[in-house]
Amino acid sequence: MDLASAKMIGAGLACIALVGAGVGIGNVFSSLIAAVARNPAAQPQVQPFAFLGFALAEATGLFGLAVAFLILFVF
Amino acid sequence: MALEIKPLEQFEVERIIPLHIGGFDVSFTNSALFMAIAVVVIVLLTVVATRREALVPGRLQSLAELSYEFVADMVDTNAGHGAEPYFPFVFTLFMFILACNLLGLVPYSFTVTSHIIVTFALAMLVFVGVTIIGIVKHGVHFLRLFVPSGVPAILLLLLVPIELLSYFIRPFTLSIRLFANMLAGHTMLGIFGGFAAGVGLFALFPVAINIALVGLELLVAALQAYVFAILACLYLRDALHLH
Repeated sequence: MDLASAKMIGAGLACIALVGAGVGIGNVFSSLIAAVARNPAAQPQVQPFAFLGFALAEATGLFGLAVAFLILFVF
Repeated sequence: MALEIKPLEQFEVERIIPLHIGGFDVSFTNSALFMAIAVVVIVLLTVVATRREALVPGRLQSLAELSYEFVADMVDTNAGHGAEPYFPFVFTLFMFILACNLLGLVPYSFTVTSHIIVTFALAMLVFVGVTIIGIVKHGVHFLRLFVPSGVPAILLLLLVPIELLSYFIRPFTLSIRLFANMLAGHTMLGIFGGFAAGVGLFALFPVAINIALVGLELLVAALQAYVFAILACLYLRDALHLH
């Protein structure tokens, strides 16, 4: 296998990391909706944590995306 | 690839005023320029906008007051009791990262926070500062941070190394989170921008996607500054109150 095709396959494999980010973000917001639906008065307290969780979950997926970009454009 | 797509070109550091002092390259680069612009923007917002101190604030003054109250509330709820002296530091950190992230979204500008060395320096500043505060405040008792209470002694053999690792990995996770978000977001904008080249009328689609992505990037820019500041607050609470 030559280097160019190996790079393409490697970048595609690195993007699998985004699966985890998708599951995580969906989980964060589904929990937020469930919590606010049960107790709407709690929204101001739980919303900042939901966005913190969103950012943390998204960042882990972006690590994989950054690796894919590095494989494609740097090496 | 037929099209020439260079999405990483935007991250190149260029020397604007070359300067060498004693073997060190201390040139004034575009990175330094945009840091300086960020500082000027923050000073304009916080000093000049609040100079008149109107009782009914104008647009700029209420923006300054809003950001002040936002960070003050964040420090108050997350860093706990006794963290008031460190509010100026958290406010500076938050405003600097926010200004750098938002300035990076201006077309043809440079994103300072997309370079790992910049975010790593900021994260090390937080890490070293927080560790010094903890040691000065608690002395040897600071080591209790690594020993969870109410755990059987045999489990401590396992838990103490994990706590140590999770403590010393903090500057790396803190800096890589911000850097990877900025790098991935701006590279994505660059790639979709590259798709628009040489396809005629079909260029509308990548441009439409880019407009939506800029909206997402605005959210990410604000959110990552918030996350960086709130994690600095949480680390500070660990050092001040030891769990």
